[in-house]
Amino acid sequence: MARIGVFICWCGENISRTVDVVKVAEAMAGVPGVVTSVEYKYMCSDPGQKIMKESIKNDALDGVVVALCSPLMHEKTFRTAAEEAGLNPFLLEVANIREHCSWVHENKEEATKKAIAITRSTVERVRYNLQLKNITVPITARAMVVGGGIAGIQAALDIANGGHEVVLVERTPSIGGHMAGLSETFPTLDCSQCILTPRMVEVARHPKIKLYSYAEVESVSGFVGNFEVKIRKKARSVDTSSCTGCGICQEKCPQKNIASEFEEGLGKRKAIYVPFPQAVPNKPVIDRKHCLYFTKGKCKICEKVCGPKAIRYEQEDEIVEERIGAIVLATGYETLPATFFPEYGGGRYPDVITGLQFERLASASGPTSGELKRPSDGRRPETVVFLSCAGSRDLAKGISYCSKICCMYVAKHAMLYQHKVHGGKAYVFYMDVRASGKNYDEFVRRAIEQDKAIYVRGRVARVYEKEIEGVKKLVVKGADTLLGEQVEIVADMVVLASAVKPSVGAAALAQKVGTPYDQHHFYSEAHPKLRPVESNTAGIFLAGAAQAPKDIPESVADASAAASKVQILFSRKEMERDPYVSMVNSDRCFGCFSCEAVCPYRAISRKEIKNRSGEVLKVVAEVNAGLCQGCGGCIAICRAKACDLAGYTDQQIFSAIRGFNTTSTYEEEVVKK
Amino acid sequence: MDIEKREYAYYPGCSLEGMAKEFDIATKEVFTRLGIKLSELADWSCCGATAAHYKDRLLAYALPARNLNLVGKSGKSEVAISCAACFSRLKTTTMQLEHDSKLKAEVELVLEEKYEGGVKPLHILEILMQSVGTARLQALVTKPLKSLRVVSYYGCLLVRPPEVATFDDLENPTSMDKIMECMGAVAVDWPMKTECCGASLTLSKSDWVLNLVEKLLREAKDAKAQVIAVACPLCQANLDMRQIDLQNQKRIDFKMPVLYFTQLMALAMGAQKEKLSFHRHLVEVQSTLGAYLNQ
Repeated sequence: MARIGVFICWCGENISRTVDVVKVAEAMAGVPGVVTSVEYKYMCSDPGQKIMKESIKNDALDGVVVALCSPLMHEKTFRTAAEEAGLNPFLLEVANIREHCSWVHENKEEATKKAIAITRSTVERVRYNLQLKNITVPITARAMVVGGGIAGIQAALDIANGGHEVVLVERTPSIGGHMAGLSETFPTLDCSQCILTPRMVEVARHPKIKLYSYAEVESVSGFVGNFEVKIRKKARSVDTSSCTGCGICQEKCPQKNIASEFEEGLGKRKAIYVPFPQAVPNKPVIDRKHCLYFTKGKCKICEKVCGPKAIRYEQEDEIVEERIGAIVLATGYETLPATFFPEYGGGRYPDVITGLQFERLASASGPTSGELKRPSDGRRPETVVFLSCAGSRDLAKGISYCSKICCMYVAKHAMLYQHKVHGGKAYVFYMDVRASGKNYDEFVRRAIEQDKAIYVRGRVARVYEKEIEGVKKLVVKGADTLLGEQVEIVADMVVLASAVKPSVGAAALAQKVGTPYDQHHFYSEAHPKLRPVESNTAGIFLAGAAQAPKDIPESVADASAAASKVQILFSRKEMERDPYVSMVNSDRCFGCFSCEAVCPYRAISRKEIKNRSGEVLKVVAEVNAGLCQGCGGCIAICRAKACDLAGYTDQQIFSAIRGFNTTSTYEEEVVKK
Repeated sequence: MDIEKREYAYYPGCSLEGMAKEFDIATKEVFTRLGIKLSELADWSCCGATAAHYKDRLLAYALPARNLNLVGKSGKSEVAISCAACFSRLKTTTMQLEHDSKLKAEVELVLEEKYEGGVKPLHILEILMQSVGTARLQALVTKPLKSLRVVSYYGCLLVRPPEVATFDDLENPTSMDKIMECMGAVAVDWPMKTECCGASLTLSKSDWVLNLVEKLLREAKDAKAQVIAVACPLCQANLDMRQIDLQNQKRIDFKMPVLYFTQLMALAMGAQKEKLSFHRHLVEVQSTLGAYLNQ
């Protein structure tokens, strides 16, 4: 006969207001196998825990039920206490009579009945609890950071400076991300490249950071602490170890009219190119889609001019494998292209550009060396209209969210414009100005008051081109909702603060890694408030705009937070996991290995059972507890009923179900029949 | 199907019997020359146009549904429509009744017959661009409208709402422009292709319509257009009729003929000017188009 103790909590009035806890205690006292059943005002308090601990010792309990709040709150508290009293912690179960009962009911009589049923069910379950042990798995203390923008750079540096190796994977030929292309940053107007490039160089030089640029994650397997990652190093067509980065190949390449990604299409690049002068690594890559040799089979000028003979036309993609303990996803964002807005003439009129394009026009390193000129004819724009919320908060465009960074960068653009074109007019159409951040609203006020940006509350309906006195102008038709009037502004340039969305391929990467994302393909955090940089998949962390639109300070804060989470994980040599994994009864197993076929974690292996003379009697399935995630696939498919889930065995579950509506025990019922 | 033998059910709509008679005449002229038969539906009725859907939702769907049923009864599955508003109402009805079973039941109750569905309303621009094609159109041109500067005006209902009017680009439609090019004219790009003319507010808020029409005419003039091509009777009426008011109020000092695009097509295909009822327009056509009318 079992020796079970039941401990019922009042939770002050939280439970006792709607559940007659004394009655529950009395009812449990009468259940066969229950040797003690007591209630107490605050079971989680020290004296409450002491009651349970002493009873475990004095009554020689071999099973405990605590009836109180959700196991998410206090299961760990009571299991630890039970362990201190010498009981295997997995012999203790929580009956949730608060969230599942007292909080959601009003009728005390009915609620008391339900509390009795819940507690009784848990008592029946606990009879069959097994003495389990947490599983320990070793941790590989190496991290992979995906994405080499400011978030990825910060995360990689923090982890590496913490003493752990980092593998940084960047899709494009250089790290730096969007921040490398920005002109000046709000709210301080310091030069973006000036603050970023030292970090980029630090990444390149750091002995603990292994940088894979022009590379993508091919596949991820394994689990927290023990991931196996395959990385595809795309063929650069250049041997980076012998290349000195002299730049002569780029200079001599005859393919010169390719729209530069770094210049947001406003500048040109060659077919062999370094995206920008401060690129890390500062080694060129051949764009095979545009290279004359790859498209037409002739040219090879770069090979001829290369001193160290570093050109490798025959180079192929290479797959490298890395063992990793934790992954930080910092894949960043992109913005909707101008062509997404035909109503504003995006794609039709060259002077309708996006915010990121304006950054390049305003950047000293940009295609115009920082001079503001219209892309169409190089004229100085005397009037510029900035449209905030282009696509954001617009269900007709499929985007419900606020892109968050635009209000600030639009104010910055208006300011930079005024600084560069004295006497020019900057109009800003806005829905409302969201400038919540340190020194942010002050910054917007400065744009309005000091730099005389004209803020018009309302949205723009249409932008069209019209030739006025021989010059092509853009007519911006919109509403001024404060005046209640339609307005028309004749402008030289229109800048769309187009909506932020996750990078292309964010969803595909999430699927490879096995972590959830939302309908817009932003990565989902484990808890929006309390676990903002963790994903729901153990060992996968999030940083920056891949999770939601974020500005630089937020992305950096995220990255450092994710890095510290990684270091917490790496602070131990091995990690404990719940023991809720599949078990195979090798007597029952007849070796069909259906379980092996359905297991998504490759946790099933084959074990030979031999007699004393070493002959193989049969081959059965075996579970690798380190890999098993306890999904139950093998249990459902097993025809021999040889698989069972530790902590949730069939016997425990069936017994618990019977317990809901019975006064007799499982044993009594089975014996009766 | 061989386009030569093609036949469509034809729904002219009320305007084309009255004030837009010349649209009907020109459209039939063009289709006859293309060898496409337009068989006018027997006993067709009004689609309800703007009046019905302002006042009564059921009426707004029941009237088009009745006409759609007539198409089915005539043994055809496609109906050609000239008027932009008729096209919009009939197409909207097919789409709405497809998934709104409650409305469908109400419509059937007042029609006293089942709504059969399965009919596809097509605007004639859609037929000309998608089934006939520019090559065939070009082949029929005998008197090209050489160097005639035409701006194409689509108005609201040929491109909006985008889920109903699907045959052209919502923001920058080009079908009429392409047809005008086939006719040898210079299709002038202008920004007002899809701006509103004020539509039926012409009766209740005529000052609003005057403002909108003035804007349209000025932009057409600034684009150095000689004529505005339209595909909607109400657009034509507003641009044509209100132009006289604007002239009388001395708000504009030019004349801009507003013609149905099929009138221009028929002309290019060699139809007699007398046949095309240019005299029905309020803004006189002869002085601008004289060279083309008499060629």
